[in-house]
Amino acid sequence: MSLADRVNAAVRRVPKWSLYPLGAIPILWIYWRGITGGLGADPAKKIEHQIGLWAVWILIAVLTVTPLRRWVGVNLIRLRRPLGHLAFFYVVAHLLTWLVLDIQLRWGEIWTDIVKRPYITIGMVAFLVLIPLMWTSGDKAVRRLGAARWQRLHKFTYLVAILGGAHFVMVRKGWQLEPVVYLAVIAALVGLRVFWGKLSIPGMARRG
Amino acid sequence: MPFKTELKHSDVTPKAAFLNRRQIIAGAAAGVMAGPASARALGDIAKTSHGAGLATTSLEDISSYCNFYEFGVGKDDPPRNAQDMVTVPWSVEIAGLVDRPGTYGLEDILRRVDLEERIYRFRCVEAWAMVIPWVGFELNQLLDMAGVQPSAKYVAFETAVLPDVMEGISRGYLDWPYREALRMDEAMHPLTLMSVGIYGEELRNQNGAPIRLVVPWKYGFKSIKSVVKVELTSKRPPNSWNMQNPREYGFYSNVNPLVDHPRWSQASERRIGDGVFARRHPTLMFNGYGDEVASLYAGMDLTREF
Repeated sequence: MSLADRVNAAVRRVPKWSLYPLGAIPILWIYWRGITGGLGADPAKKIEHQIGLWAVWILIAVLTVTPLRRWVGVNLIRLRRPLGHLAFFYVVAHLLTWLVLDIQLRWGEIWTDIVKRPYITIGMVAFLVLIPLMWTSGDKAVRRLGAARWQRLHKFTYLVAILGGAHFVMVRKGWQLEPVVYLAVIAALVGLRVFWGKLSIPGMARRG
Repeated sequence: MPFKTELKHSDVTPKAAFLNRRQIIAGAAAGVMAGPASARALGDIAKTSHGAGLATTSLEDISSYCNFYEFGVGKDDPPRNAQDMVTVPWSVEIAGLVDRPGTYGLEDILRRVDLEERIYRFRCVEAWAMVIPWVGFELNQLLDMAGVQPSAKYVAFETAVLPDVMEGISRGYLDWPYREALRMDEAMHPLTLMSVGIYGEELRNQNGAPIRLVVPWKYGFKSIKSVVKVELTSKRPPNSWNMQNPREYGFYSNVNPLVDHPRWSQASERRIGDGVFARRHPTLMFNGYGDEVASLYAGMDLTREF
């Protein structure tokens, strides 16, 4: 039995629901550390950023499922939906942390931030795009929409990942290596889909 | 006073810094160099009324939450990476339009100035704020030492470039050396300090040891660290963040709640050290120093000259 087979066998034994309590651990841990003084002098900002970083990691994990199957033969497809849900939860937690702990529900400032600051605008767009994806994440929605339309809709995941990576790059002062690396990884993973012909970009001829 | 608190200065000053102060000074005088964990006390520093009533940020927060891109871009990079910087001996080159240009040893400078403690608000352009008990002397004393010529209109500063110990130098975060500058009236203003200490101790490396600028009514990036060069000029010198992104960082960079940074509001600020649920506070015009400095900018459009 190859390593990939063994991994696949192990993955099959992982109950899907177990990803939800597992996925809650980082958020709880981050908040616990922030509240008990483990995140340094500016805990609210650190909580916000760490949760955002987890959202990026999870989105990258989601985008890695298909290449892993194609190239390595490791099949994580049954975990992709719970991972997608977790990505949504982390984005929501990141947004709520910003609204409540950081900007503290100062709606005037929040509104100007959203309309005037491109990186926040981009972050909000990514969040809004995630909502219909979350809404249609169940089997029922696949049946209702039909597999083809459902798939087309869920390709917006690529857009969310790109926007998320760009949001991360733009929030930093100047060009910083860490977020640029994440954006490059995301761009490469999305670029693969274009290369495979699974994703058309407006302006590029493609059908089916 | 806008900074309300139950805390007093004595509550946050590390007791160890005051214990055996005489012995520490004796040790320092004998040339004993203490490691970064036990910064040397600076001796008896005249207290001033500056910042009376403000609750100071803890030394732990001041020395663990730093922007010093030469040592990395994370807030916790400088405390980790700056410890190998050697700051003894240190000298400052004073050049340009002065009567007595040359290299001034830090020890010589300190013999000729009056050190005092001043508690100032410190406001970063990133919308966080601290209150810091600086030890320092007025920049005008240093400038008088060198003798400013009438044709000088600006003062430019440079940070040390030490590629062996500054890991950020080889990464192009900014166009090194880090540069800052002030208009002559700003530089001569009695609020403008050259600082050599915090909480009665020598500056820690991550805070800009051994000597740095402090301009309390401007965003923190104006208060250039680890200064090795001061140059008097007739033309406005470039400053690093303005060179990097002129749309976001101006030359003046006065704290101003009405002029937003393009990527965030400057209307309010978060106080470092108040914990996870710290309330935001409204940003004060000129960081609360308007009575002293607003007249410097009379007639200027601060929205355009930000």
